[in-house]
Amino acid sequence: MGEAMKPNEDIRACIPRLRRYARALLGARGEADDLVQDTLERAWRKLHLWRRDMELRPWLFSIMHNIFIDQRRRLPEETLSLDEHALEFPVAPAQECMTDVYDLEAALRMLPAEQREVILLVGLEQLAYKDVATALGIPVGTVMSRLSRGRERLRELMEGRQRVVSLKVVK
Amino acid sequence: MKGLPIREDDLQAYVDDRLAPGRRAEVDNWLAGHPLEAARLRSYRRQNEALQALFAPVLDEPLPESLKAVVRPAQAGGRIQLFRAAAMLAAVGMGSVLGWTLRGEMQLVQTARTEAVVPALPPALEMTPVAISDTGLARRAAVAHAVYSPDVRRPVEISADQEDQLVSWLSKRLGSNLKPPKLGSLGYELIGGRLLPGDKGPVAQFMYHDASGKRLTLYVSRETGDDKETAFQFAEIGPIGVFFWIDHGVGYAISAGADKAELTQVALVVHEQLHLP
Repeated sequence: MGEAMKPNEDIRACIPRLRRYARALLGARGEADDLVQDTLERAWRKLHLWRRDMELRPWLFSIMHNIFIDQRRRLPEETLSLDEHALEFPVAPAQECMTDVYDLEAALRMLPAEQREVILLVGLEQLAYKDVATALGIPVGTVMSRLSRGRERLRELMEGRQRVVSLKVVK
Repeated sequence: MKGLPIREDDLQAYVDDRLAPGRRAEVDNWLAGHPLEAARLRSYRRQNEALQALFAPVLDEPLPESLKAVVRPAQAGGRIQLFRAAAMLAAVGMGSVLGWTLRGEMQLVQTARTEAVVPALPPALEMTPVAISDTGLARRAAVAHAVYSPDVRRPVEISADQEDQLVSWLSKRLGSNLKPPKLGSLGYELIGGRLLPGDKGPVAQFMYHDASGKRLTLYVSRETGDDKETAFQFAEIGPIGVFFWIDHGVGYAISAGADKAELTQVALVVHEQLHLP
């Protein structure tokens, strides 16, 4: 991003990273590219809202985030995992069974989406915490707590650490 | 523990190398006395590295056409695209209405003199007045063009980078060998193809674009009568020019927002390639 801003070129330059993030977020290639496509189309429509002093990448990630959560809202069963406190594993804990070890991709899938987003924006895209906060529309403190919880959960999943029996909220 | 207490946020920022050097040294000191915490942070660092390694290949993948199209300057702006599609459809719709009331004659712009357009056309390909029954092919092709060519997201079902798959799939579904002609000499590059329902079974549509983003489609359908043949014909349906002919019972129609001269060139190249042994 140079002094002479050409938004078209700058947005184009961001596409590979948008794709990478979307792929990590969603897993499936087709879905991920659809998300990138929607993001680019919306970015074009909203380009007049983008100010030169704003960094382009966090802005694009924020557009992507908004589309992502809009889409998730439309999927009823998916909204469950949006609840940060419903952290139980989808698999019932078996007594004699060894603790499972998941590879990174599978473990990512098992994270609640809002933790996955933070982990990917920080660890994969290497955005500054304040930019992650901007992109996700949350305070930096929330970024940090999601990061901490998400990383620990990912570690449990990948290293087969003893499972903390879920904090299932029973009403 | 001396100095400011070490908080979880410090530890997370330590993992991401986002601490000021002084603070970083304090955390290092603290970790020396907390081996379990040090192991935890090492594990988080490995997560970052593994994420980078796992998804780095995506950065090097060629961009799919659908994404390239979004940022192509000539096509900037979803609204313009939609508007264009709507306008094209409306125009095609009007063309159909005219076709019904005026029995197809008004919408067809025929070449009266072949020589003027295609001097080198072989005698067998001379343009002849269009029989009304043949305009169905042109109209169907124009509608298919109007529907799919403005589609930024999924202009095609199988893209050109999987050409083998495209050829075998379309050939199998159509029951005859069908390869998309190469139009590179005219500046058109294959985007891919899709299968559409036709009057008499499946129809193939190949889509091409030029450097400015203009799209051209080749519509291939099985028409009645195995030996049926017609001459080259040209029709304008709304804003879409269609060049079409029937050869051995197979109908070919080339549609684009282009004039007759340009489409004639394309038709000649297509015709030639289809008849290569």
